[in-house]
This record gives sequence, C-alpha cells and structure tokens, in this order.
Amino acid sequence: MEAFLQQLINGIQYGSIYALIAVGYTMVYGVLRLINFAHGDVYMLGAFVAYYIIVGLQIDKHPSVGNFVFVLLMCMLVCAVVGMLIERLAYRPIRHAPRLTALITAIGVSLLLENGGIVVFGADPKYIPTIIEPAQAGESGLFVSVGQMIMLVVSLVFMVILRFIVMNTRFGRAMRAIAYDMDAARLMGIHVDRVIALTFALGSALAGAAGMMVATFTSVKITPLFGLLPGVKAFVAAVLGGIGNIPGAVLGGLLMGVIEAFVGGSALTTYRDAIAFLILILVLLLRPSGILGKAVTEKV
Amino acid sequence: MSVGRFWLLRGISLFAAAGSLLAANALIAWLRATGWVDDYTYRVIMLCGINILLAVSLNFINGITGQFSIGHAGFQGVGAYTSAAFTLASIRWFQERGLAGTSLGDQILLASAIVVGAVSAALAGLLVGIPSLRLRGDYLAIATLGFGEIIRVTILNIEAVGGARGLKDIPILTNFLWLYLVVFLLLALSRNLLVSVQGLGFLAVRDDEIVAEALGVNTTRLKVIAFVLGACFAGIAGSLYAHFDGYLNPDNFRLEQSIIILTMVVLGGQGSVTGSVLSAILLTVVLEWLRFLPTITLGGRAFTPSELRMVFFSLMLILLMLWRPKGLLGQKEFGWMVLRQYWRLLRT
Amino acid sequence: MTEPILTVHNCTMRFGGLTAVKNFSLQLMPQELVGLIGPNGAGKTTVFNLLTGIYRPTEGQIIFRGRNITGWKTYRIARLGIARTFQNIRLFRSLTVLENVKAGARIHMRTGLWDAAWRTYPMLCEEEQVHAEAWRILQEIGLDDVAHYRAGDLPYGEQRRLEIARALAMHPYLLLLDEPAAGMNPQETAHLMELIRRLRDEYGLTILLIEHDMKVVMGICERIVVLDYGEEIAQGTPEQIRTNPRVIAAYLGEAPA
Repeated sequence: MEAFLQQLINGIQYGSIYALIAVGYTMVYGVLRLINFAHGDVYMLGAFVAYYIIVGLQIDKHPSVGNFVFVLLMCMLVCAVVGMLIERLAYRPIRHAPRLTALITAIGVSLLLENGGIVVFGADPKYIPTIIEPAQAGESGLFVSVGQMIMLVVSLVFMVILRFIVMNTRFGRAMRAIAYDMDAARLMGIHVDRVIALTFALGSALAGAAGMMVATFTSVKITPLFGLLPGVKAFVAAVLGGIGNIPGAVLGGLLMGVIEAFVGGSALTTYRDAIAFLILILVLLLRPSGILGKAVTEKV
Repeated sequence: MSVGRFWLLRGISLFAAAGSLLAANALIAWLRATGWVDDYTYRVIMLCGINILLAVSLNFINGITGQFSIGHAGFQGVGAYTSAAFTLASIRWFQERGLAGTSLGDQILLASAIVVGAVSAALAGLLVGIPSLRLRGDYLAIATLGFGEIIRVTILNIEAVGGARGLKDIPILTNFLWLYLVVFLLLALSRNLLVSVQGLGFLAVRDDEIVAEALGVNTTRLKVIAFVLGACFAGIAGSLYAHFDGYLNPDNFRLEQSIIILTMVVLGGQGSVTGSVLSAILLTVVLEWLRFLPTITLGGRAFTPSELRMVFFSLMLILLMLWRPKGLLGQKEFGWMVLRQYWRLLRT
Repeated sequence: MTEPILTVHNCTMRFGGLTAVKNFSLQLMPQELVGLIGPNGAGKTTVFNLLTGIYRPTEGQIIFRGRNITGWKTYRIARLGIARTFQNIRLFRSLTVLENVKAGARIHMRTGLWDAAWRTYPMLCEEEQVHAEAWRILQEIGLDDVAHYRAGDLPYGEQRRLEIARALAMHPYLLLLDEPAAGMNPQETAHLMELIRRLRDEYGLTILLIEHDMKVVMGICERIVVLDYGEEIAQGTPEQIRTNPRVIAAYLGEAPA
C-alpha cells in the first residue's frame, strides 16, 4: 500500500511537469493545427537558463524565495521570447503550407535547438548543486521532498492562472476563436498574428518554468538532448487528453506521469520510455480525439 | 503489340541493364585496384546506394501514396537486425558444409539474409500499416514515429542481438553488384508502377482518397501495400547495410535517421523517384563531406565537425521547408520524356 | 415488366441529433433520366453519399442490380456499377486529363499491381486497350485536345466534363451527377444537356441528376423527385412538379396571406 501511494505521489509529480509542457503543445495545436516538435527543446532551454543563472550568479549559495522567483521568471521570460522567435521565423511563413511541410519544419527547429545546444552548451551533462534537502520521510513513511512539493504547487498555480486567462480574458477568447476558425476570427477583428505569438509565448513560458523547476529541484543531469524524451511524452499526454483541449492536457499529463511511475516501479522498467509510445498508438487507434476531445468528420 | 516484339524489347532492355551493371561493377573494381577509388570513396558510393533504397522506398509511402510515415528507420533496423541475426546463426551451417568463404556460399548466404530481412521488414510494415490506416495526416505521422521508436527500444532490449552494445562481427558480404542490382530493381519496379494504370491507384489515393474509393480503388489495400513495399525495401537496405558495415547499433536507427531519410525524400520532391535518387546521392555526399569541416575555434571553444554537421543539417531542413518545400523536382520525374520535351521546346 | 435497377427503401440518415434524410424511398427503372431537386440543404448530396456507400444509412435499405448494397464499402459499390460526379469538382488535380479518365477505367482491369510492376505482356496489352478506350471517351466528350494538360489547369466547364468522362470510363450502370451544370453559361449548359441525353442513349445508362438549374431539370429529366428538409415532398413529371404548390412553397416560401 505504501509503495502504491509512493508511486502515486511520484507519478503526480512527474505528471505535473508533463502537464505544464503538454499545455503548451495543446495550445499551439489548437490555434495552428501544428505539432510543435521544438517545444520539448524549449523546456530544455529553460533548464539551461536556470543552470547558467544559478551557477553563474552563485544563487545556490544563497537560496531564498526571492531568488527562486527571480530565476523562475527569467527562465520563463527567455523561453517566451525564444518561443515567439521560433514562431515568427520558422512557423509564420509556412502557416498556410501543407501539414507535412509544417511538421518537417518543426522537426528541423527541434533538431536545430538540440544540436545548437550541443554546440553552444556542450554535450557534457550539467547539474545544479542540490539546494533543497532531499526527500524526507513524512509520518506515513512516504518520501515527499520539499522540492517536489514546490513543483507541484507552482504547477497548480500556473494551471489555475492559465485557466483564468483562457476563459476569462479577451486574449483567451481570441485564442479560442482562432482555434475554432482562424479566418472568421480575423474577420472579427482579432489580430491573429499577435494572438498566436502570445500563445507561443505563454506555452513556451510554461515549458521554461517546467525546465527550470526540474533542473533546480530534482537531481536530473541536464544535457541539450534531455528535452527530447519529456517533450515526446508530454505530447503523448496532450494527445491522450485530447489535443487542442487544455484541461485535457493537464489530465493527460497527470495520467502519463502516474502510468510511468507505476511502470517504472514494476518489472517492465526498461520499457518505461517505450510505454509512452505504446499509449500513443493505443490512443490514436482507439480514441484519436483523446479523453476530453471531440471527434471531427469530413464533409463530402 | 505482338508477343514476339514484346520479348525482343524485353530481352534487349534486360540485356542492356545487366550489361551496364556488370560494366559498372568491373569499372569500380578496376578503379579500386588501381587506386583511383580509395576505400573511403568506395564506402561513400555504397552508402549512396543504400540511401537511394531508403529514400525511394520511403517516397513510395509518402510521396506516391500520400501517407505520412516518419518512422522509416525502424523498418531499416528490423531488416538489418534480422538479416544479421540470421547470418550469424547460419554461419556455422555454412562452415560445416565448407561453403563459408567461398564465392557461391557467400552469395547464397547474403541472398538468404536479404530475404529474411525483407520478409521481416515487410511484416513490420504490415503491422505498422494496418492500424495506422485509420489515421490521417499529423496523427499518422506521429503514430509511425511512435512505431519507429518502439521498434528501436525493442531491439535495444533484446540481449541476443547485443542490446545497447550493438551487434558486431557480421560477415561483410555486400558488394557493389548486389547493392546496385537491388537499386536497379527498386527503380525499375517503382517506375513501372508509376507509369501504369494500376499504379494510378496509388496517386489517386494520394490526391483524393474519397474519390479514389468512388472510382473503385480499394484504398485500404493500396495503403497497406504501399507500407509493406516501402518497409520491405527499407529492410533490404538495412540487410545490405548490416553486411557492409559489419556492425549494428540501435542508435543507427533512431529518429534522427528517419529524419535524414525523410529529408532526402522531401529535398528531392515527394512523388519524384528521380528526385529521391538525386537527393539521396547529394545528401549522402554532403553529410560525409561535412565530416571534413575544419574544427572551428571561437572564443576558446572548439567546435568539432560532427557537432556542426547536424546544426548545418537542421538549418538546411528548415530553409528547405521555408523556401522550396516542393523540393528539387516537385512531383516531376527527370527522364527521357522530360529531355524530349525540352528538345521540342528548343526547336520551336 | 423489367426490374428496377435501383430501389431505395425508407432510408433515413441521422448525424447525431440532425436528421439529414428521412424515410427516403426511390425506384429507378433502367435507362431512366431522373432529377433530384430541392432547396439547399435538403439532403440531396446526402442521398448520393448514401447510394455510393460513403455513409451507411441509419435506417433503411438500398438494392442495386438485385443486390442489397446497404452498408457496402464505397469501392465495392463502384465496382458493381455506380459512378458519380461531385458537387465541388473533385478531380485528381496533379494528374493529366487522360490519366484521370484512365483512373476511372482502372476499375475493370483484369491485370493487377503485380503485372504492372513487372510489365508483363498481358498488362501491356490491357494498357493498350485502356489507352484506346480513354482516348475514345475523351473524343466523345470533346476533351481530346487537352488530354495532356494537368486536370487542375483546365477551365471550369471542361473540368466538369472531365468528371463525367472519368465516371463514364467506369462503365457504370447508374450514373449520379451532382450539379453538373453549376457555374455554366447558357451555351455550355445546352451542350451539357445534349451530352447527358446522348450518353444515356448510347451507353444505356440510368442517370440520377441533382441540379439547381431548372432549365436543365425540366429540359431533360423524365421524372423529378423533390426533397425538402430531408423528406420527399413531391414526385412526378416536370409538368406536375412545375405546378406543385408544395414545391413552389419550398423554393419560394409561402405566399403572403
């Protein structure tokens, strides 16, 4: 029972990270029908920015809430800018091109970020010295570290803020309108280019936040390629929840995290990474619109 | 057309094909013997052939039938590993019969290995193709990507073929003649299908699936056939590669490899077989040539060619998509017909 | 007493909460030229989609040439002998005019992919036949001078005719034409009417025609079926339909009281 709960907690922790990244995928797919392969690499950038700031400014010697907020915001800012740059330079010119072209471009951007990262940052793994005490046993004997708690809380806060933005602001309405019908939205006076740019900014900022938190609060070693796998898994999560659907992405992320935690703790542990793909295939075959998504049919 | 005329023409073309292949083989052998072509150049020539097989087979799925398959390296991997496993397992049978090392024994061994690779890859293509039929566009692409990765992770976990360490000591059996014979075969089959009325079925599926169905085309069957054929030849390419390099590693068949093959198809123009051939050769040469970039030292940091190689490659991919997504040849072929058309234009 | 070539028994098509076609029944005798008309959204193209197997009727049955084809896949129905054109022209734009027609002829070929891949003697012979037939059809339709043009490059009227040519190449028993005269000027329309009549006579086709151009409908149809909101509201000769008050009301609205 304890093991079960432990895995569950671990799962929700991974899952909240996947959820943060998945939300970015789903928002972009919603407005552009584009699978932004480079999104996982933005997450990687968030981790690197966090590394350079923390180690560069020696923040690890002076941990404080204020400093962390600073690092977090910086990472989010940098990633938001990068996201907008990618959209402006690589995706906007091909907005009306066939889907395969966009897909290949996205793959190209992802490769560029990864290999560019290898060139600029070096392929050697880096890690941020542990700042927060490692997992401590609670009364029930479960290991929940302060770091995990912070990640979970911050993710939740972001989810809530995002929900608010999407549902209760003009920007959010504009985003949803574009997701429905870009041309109609344009005709209604919505500045489509700007809204799309901001959507990318928002999604990338969240991915950056996720990267920063993983780099800072877990003992994961960061390399330029380390965004690849979580990116793909987050994408699967988005599809699982229903691509284009933001609550779906959150749900999918949490589910992915929990499933992975259980598989990782079981006999099939070497297949843990392949599980994501298996889930993907199953979802696509059995219910392509995802858990919370709606099916679309073609008019003849 | 009469039967006699048919056999005459067929005989002539087969003779010409065999003749040119043997002549080319002899030429290469001579060039190697006299030192004009060193081992490295020979390797590049062989890699070109393998990449031609990969690009044309993928083009058949993507460009000609209009599906989105981006896990092609998986099929190559299946072919490579199964054929290598077969060879390693049967080498003793051959040795016992005194056939190992002989020319005849080698040919039989390679031929059987290729068949094993082809069939297993075709089966993989069937397994991947059938469920993927219900999916379109982006979803199909992602599903094939997923399958490619599943294949790779599975191979990684099979200790019998070396797992993460890789599989080594595969007998080197592939030579110029075998490779380019297969290349010729694939090109001939593709071209024949493309100019035939039956082959129009694939193009119809690509252009408009619903209309194709309304015209009596069993789109499901054609899509599966496209996957199986494409996978089969990718598997053959993998088998030939395995018996050329002598060493296999699951890392050779990850997403990056699928992307490279995809780039060749897109660069050449999806739907153009000649385009795929040209871009396969071009990209193989370029990727190899990039190895020789000088190590650039900027600001105290040395940038090695292998790092810069992929940066260059990804930049090229993006620029290609932005500026000429149709690739070099679009959907057109470059052959005698085109030359004749240009000739006519010049004359008027 | 000949058998009807097509019988539709009480077909209903529901998409979730929307009933596109309700209790639709129809009988077509061989070689009839029948029109299917009705205001936009009445369900006419849906009927075509039901007949060609693109949709499976929620209720009801379809019998064609004595076989129950309800629920059959589209390509099987096509092979049995139903060909159609589309409301928004759906040609194979990247193929040439000739190739489009050959694509239609492909359906009855006896040699298959294997023969094509190896270019066997039977395949070459059959291809010669298909080639000749495709040319013949193009000449008949009047498109032989543009045979090697890309289908997507043709002017609109010729594209519509090409669709018909492609359907003809399938040797159908029943030809479904979805708004063949849409966007045509009076001259083209007159030619089209003559073409349809001629094709019916020469090939012994049964033709079901969706059309908004009343000149065409009244001019060539022997019988007309009128749909409104998915239901049949009238059936009869052009004369009867022209003066039917329900039909008039459906198109023009109720007369002011």
